[in-house]
Amino acid sequence: MSTAQLDSPRLDFAGSAVNRELTPERKIDLLRQMIRIRRFEQAALKYYNAGKMNGFLHLYIGQEAVATGTISLCGENDHVITAYRDHGHALAVGMDMNSCMAEMYGKQTGCSKGKGGSMHFFAPDKNYWGGHGIVGGQTPLGLGLAYGLKYLGREGCCLCYLGDGAVNQGAFHESLNLAALFDLPVIYVIENNGYSMGTSQKRSSAYRGCLAQRAEAYDMEWDVIDGSDLYEVRAKTHIAMERARKEHRPSILEISTYRYYGHSVADANAKKYRSPEEIENYKQNHDPITLFRKRLIQEGILTDEQADQISKEAAEEATAACRFADESPAPTIPDIMTDVYWETDNQTPASRIGHHFFND
Amino acid sequence: MSRTLTYREALREGLDEELARDPNVVLMGEEVAQYNGAYKVTEGLWKKWGDKRIVDTPISEAGFIGMGIGASMLGIRPVMELMFWSFHSVAFDQLVNNAACVRYMSGGLINCPIVMRGPANGGTGVGATHSHIPEGLFAAFPGLKVCAPATPADAKGLIKAAIRDNDPVYVMENTLLYGTVGEVPDPSEGDHVVPLGLADLKRVGSDISLIAHGRSVIHALAAAETLQAEHGISAEVLDLRSIRPLDVDAILATVRKTNRVVLVDESKPFGGVSAMVATLIQEHAFDYLDAPIKRVCTLDAPAIYSHHIEHLQLPNPSRIVEKVLTIK
Repeated sequence: MSTAQLDSPRLDFAGSAVNRELTPERKIDLLRQMIRIRRFEQAALKYYNAGKMNGFLHLYIGQEAVATGTISLCGENDHVITAYRDHGHALAVGMDMNSCMAEMYGKQTGCSKGKGGSMHFFAPDKNYWGGHGIVGGQTPLGLGLAYGLKYLGREGCCLCYLGDGAVNQGAFHESLNLAALFDLPVIYVIENNGYSMGTSQKRSSAYRGCLAQRAEAYDMEWDVIDGSDLYEVRAKTHIAMERARKEHRPSILEISTYRYYGHSVADANAKKYRSPEEIENYKQNHDPITLFRKRLIQEGILTDEQADQISKEAAEEATAACRFADESPAPTIPDIMTDVYWETDNQTPASRIGHHFFND
Repeated sequence: MSRTLTYREALREGLDEELARDPNVVLMGEEVAQYNGAYKVTEGLWKKWGDKRIVDTPISEAGFIGMGIGASMLGIRPVMELMFWSFHSVAFDQLVNNAACVRYMSGGLINCPIVMRGPANGGTGVGATHSHIPEGLFAAFPGLKVCAPATPADAKGLIKAAIRDNDPVYVMENTLLYGTVGEVPDPSEGDHVVPLGLADLKRVGSDISLIAHGRSVIHALAAAETLQAEHGISAEVLDLRSIRPLDVDAILATVRKTNRVVLVDESKPFGGVSAMVATLIQEHAFDYLDAPIKRVCTLDAPAIYSHHIEHLQLPNPSRIVEKVLTIK
C-alpha cells in the first residue's frame, strides 16, 4: 500500500462484528496498550542513548496498531512469534515493562535474565515465543507452533510476524510451501514499513501488486491492511485467524505501517533514504495512536483529559521500569553457564554422565 | 537371549519402541514414510504408525527442521531425518541459531527436545558435497548434543536416549554401517538405552590407546588385531559413542593406563573431534604420556570422488597401523 493509497478515503471497519463487540473499556484499553508501547520505547531510546544498554535497539514506534490490534484477537490457544523488533508484541501479550526494560539493561531481572537482550524477549506462559534476531529465521518456527497446535488437537493459530525485508529469505518461502501443503494454522503477518534496513521495497523485492500476493503461488489466502487503523487491523486479521483455527488454512496478511526511527537506533542513514516530508506525513496523518485517540473521542467514550492521563501514566510506568532496571543486579559469571541445557539445569541423571562443558 | 540385528534394524527398533512409548514422538523427513526411507531405516514404520506419526516432508530442510524445532517448543518430540547430514548447510540457521540458542536467549524458559539423525560419512563415492562429517562442527555449539554410534546395539541404545533427552540431540549415523550386524539385547531383557556421555571400551589392551567414534571404531578394532598378530602390540580401543557430552574420564583413564595414544577420527584434522580430545589429554594427562599424541584423520581436502582412492583418504586399518608404528 503506497502513501497515495493510504491518503485516499478508507473504509470504516468500526462496524465489523469483531469491533462492534468491543466495550468502551476495552477500546480504551487498546489505546492504552499502544500508548504504553510508545512510552516504553521512548524511555528505552533515552537510556539507550545514555549508554545504559548494549547492542541494537530496533524501535517499533509508529507500528503500534499492528501488534496491539492483531494480538488483541488472541485466545488461550493462539500463539505469537516475531523477529527482532519485538518490544511491541511483548507488551501486547502482557509482558510487564519491568522485565522487558531490565532485559535491555542486561540485568538478572530481565525476561531472559539478561541473556537475550532487546531482540530476544520470550514469555511462553503468555504464548509468546520470541523475539528472533535472524531475518526470516522465525518463520519456520511459527510454522512449527502451528504444527504443534494441530498435532495436539487444539483449536488455535500462530501469528508469525516478519518485516518486508524478510520476504525474500528462503526459509520464509519454504515455510509458505509447508504451511499450505500441510494445512497448518499459521498466519504470516508482514509488517511492511517500506524499508528493509535502508533499502526500499521497490529496490529489494520483485512482486506483482503487493508482497502478500505471493501467497497465490502457494494457493494461500492473503489480504492487505492499513496498519494505521486499529479497527481495520482487527477486522481483517480476525478473518484469517478464524480460517486458521477452524479450517487449518494459512494466510499472509500484509499490514502497511511505518517506523519513525531508523532500522535500529544505530542506523546512521535513517534520515537519508527517506525524505523528511515522508516521515512527517506519517506522523501527521497516519499515526495509529493519534488516529485511534481521535476516533474514541469522536465516539464519545474518551475525553482529551482522559487520554492525556493515560499517556502520563504510561510515561510514569516506563520511567519506573527504567529505575527498576537500573537498580537491578547484573548477572554473575556463574550465570553464564546456566540455561544452556535443560538436563544440566535440572540436574537430571543424564546430566551427570560425561562432560557437557569444556571450560577447563 | 542373544540375537543379531543390522545397524539399520537396530535403529528402526529403537525408533519403533519410542513411537510406542510416547505419543508425541513424530518421525519427519524426506522419503521417511511412503518410500520407506532413503536408506530403509524407517522401513515399515509408516505402515504401522500412519500419517500422523511418520511424516514425509518436501526437500526443504530449513523449512521442516525449523518446523520441528517450533513444534518441539510446544512439547512435540520430532525425530527428523536428514537424508545426508551433509545437507545441514541449507538448514544451518535453524540447527545452530534456533535449536542451540533459544533456550539460552530465553533465560531457560524454552527447551527443544528434537532429534536430528542421518548418515554423516565419506566413502560412498558421492563427492565432497555429500561426504561431510560434521560431528565436531555441531559439538562446538553449546546447547547441542552429538553422538555417533558404531555398532547396532549402540545405535539402538543411543537413538532411544536421544529421543528421551530434553535437549536437541544430533545423531550421526553411517551409510557404510547400516548393513553391519551385531548383537543387540532382546527387548524381553528390558529397555536397552545407552546414555549420552558414556564411552565404551570396545577392546582392552595395555600398550597403546586407540580412541575413536563412529565407523573409525571398526577400523581401530581391525587395526588392533593386526597390531597384536603382526607386531605384538596390545592396543586398547575406546569408543567415544557420544561427542557432547563427552566421557572425558574414560579418555583420561585409558591414556593413564597405556601412556600412548592414537586418535582415529573421520573428521578433517582442523578443529575436528580429535583436536578437542588431544587438547583434553595434554591438559589433564600430560605427565602420563610417553609419546606425542598422534592422529589419523581424513586427509585434509574435500572428499575425493574416485573409488580408486577414496577409501585411502579416510581413516582405515592400515593407516592406523602405520601411525601406531611411528610411535616409539
